[in-house]
Amino acid sequence: MERIPILKMGPFLLVTIQVDLYDRLALNLENDLITMVSKTGARGVLIDISAVTIVDSFMGRILGNIASMSRIMDAETVVVGMQPAVAITLVELGLTLQGVHTALNVERGMDLLYKKTDVLLDQNQEEEEEAAEQDPE
Amino acid sequence: MDTNTTARLLLRKKQDILVNWMENQLADDTLRDDLISNEELNKQSEELLDGLLKAVSHGNFENIYSPEYEQTLDTLGDISITRARQGFSPRETNLYVLSLKQALTDVLEQEHLNDPALLYKEVILINKLLDNLSIATFETYLKGREEVILRQTDELNEISTPVIRVWDGILALPIIGTLDSSRTQIVMENLLQEIVNTGSSIAILDISGVPAVDSLVAQHLIKTVSATRLMGAECIISGIRAEIAQTIVHLGIDLSNIRTKSTLASALQIAFEMLNLQVRKTGQTSVTKLLR
Repeated sequence: MERIPILKMGPFLLVTIQVDLYDRLALNLENDLITMVSKTGARGVLIDISAVTIVDSFMGRILGNIASMSRIMDAETVVVGMQPAVAITLVELGLTLQGVHTALNVERGMDLLYKKTDVLLDQNQEEEEEAAEQDPE
Repeated sequence: MDTNTTARLLLRKKQDILVNWMENQLADDTLRDDLISNEELNKQSEELLDGLLKAVSHGNFENIYSPEYEQTLDTLGDISITRARQGFSPRETNLYVLSLKQALTDVLEQEHLNDPALLYKEVILINKLLDNLSIATFETYLKGREEVILRQTDELNEISTPVIRVWDGILALPIIGTLDSSRTQIVMENLLQEIVNTGSSIAILDISGVPAVDSLVAQHLIKTVSATRLMGAECIISGIRAEIAQTIVHLGIDLSNIRTKSTLASALQIAFEMLNLQVRKTGQTSVTKLLR
């Protein structure tokens, strides 16, 4: 049975959807992803849909569901690389994906995740502060 | 009555008819000698009359869609399309064909003065034929006009939606004219495609050129903003005039989760802030140096 791989990258999970999602696949993805979030205690989920060309209302709802479920488990969701046609379709369907963060590409999505989840950012800031403290000496 | 005889008679009297017709046209008050020269008009008329007489020579006065009328219809179509483009009014274009009716019946009248019954039948025949031709003219005339309108609409759609890259990562899209569904679609597609192409994270939608905002236009704006957000970019609406703000509030449209600014300048300012950019005045130091 076809499955979409979920990669763990530090405190985040990375999902790249490279096929057009059909309903069963989307449901499996939702299931697997939430299981992974609880298993790894991930702080953020990044979903790359740049290769997805067709969406329907079900797919939109699944994305919204993943976001809400992750939020409950203290993980932020970022959807990246949405195609213009997909964005227009979702808007015409009335699905504006409230609660889902979006970014143009994976790189910016990662930046956004770092910004939204403060664990790593705090570490960075501490490092910076340490560096700043060391500088004058 | 033999239609062939009538046809032959007309063919024999061709020169008279042409002279008569030209006289009619030139005498008319609505003659547009500013749009078409008399020689050209004469050439046009002769060509049309030639074709018409050749067509009726088969004795067919009834069906103008039969093969022998093909050439006449073509000529007529060309004439009326050119006239539509040159800016002739529908009335002038139609009168051109109808004045031929007068010329033809005049010739028949002279010929059959002492046979009113025959004359009546022939006149009816000519009337029918030319009425049909004038309908055909009018159809092509309208078609010509519609083509002009369609072309203009296309041009308008193309020129009115440029996406401007005002800064690295900031796009601006000035909208001029009323936003309807089809234009919103084009605007949205252009904007989203440009966001992908340039990797911009902020889009400024300037609506200072939009004459009025009603609930439908607002709906279109909200859709565009939502779609930009889904792509992962932020959208700012600028150029909101006082009247537009009033209408929006009176209509009860909720724009509270959309960033709005009154001018493009302030929208750009906000965009700079969001990208952690600063615009500073330079040259200050040199002045202070001078003062010292």
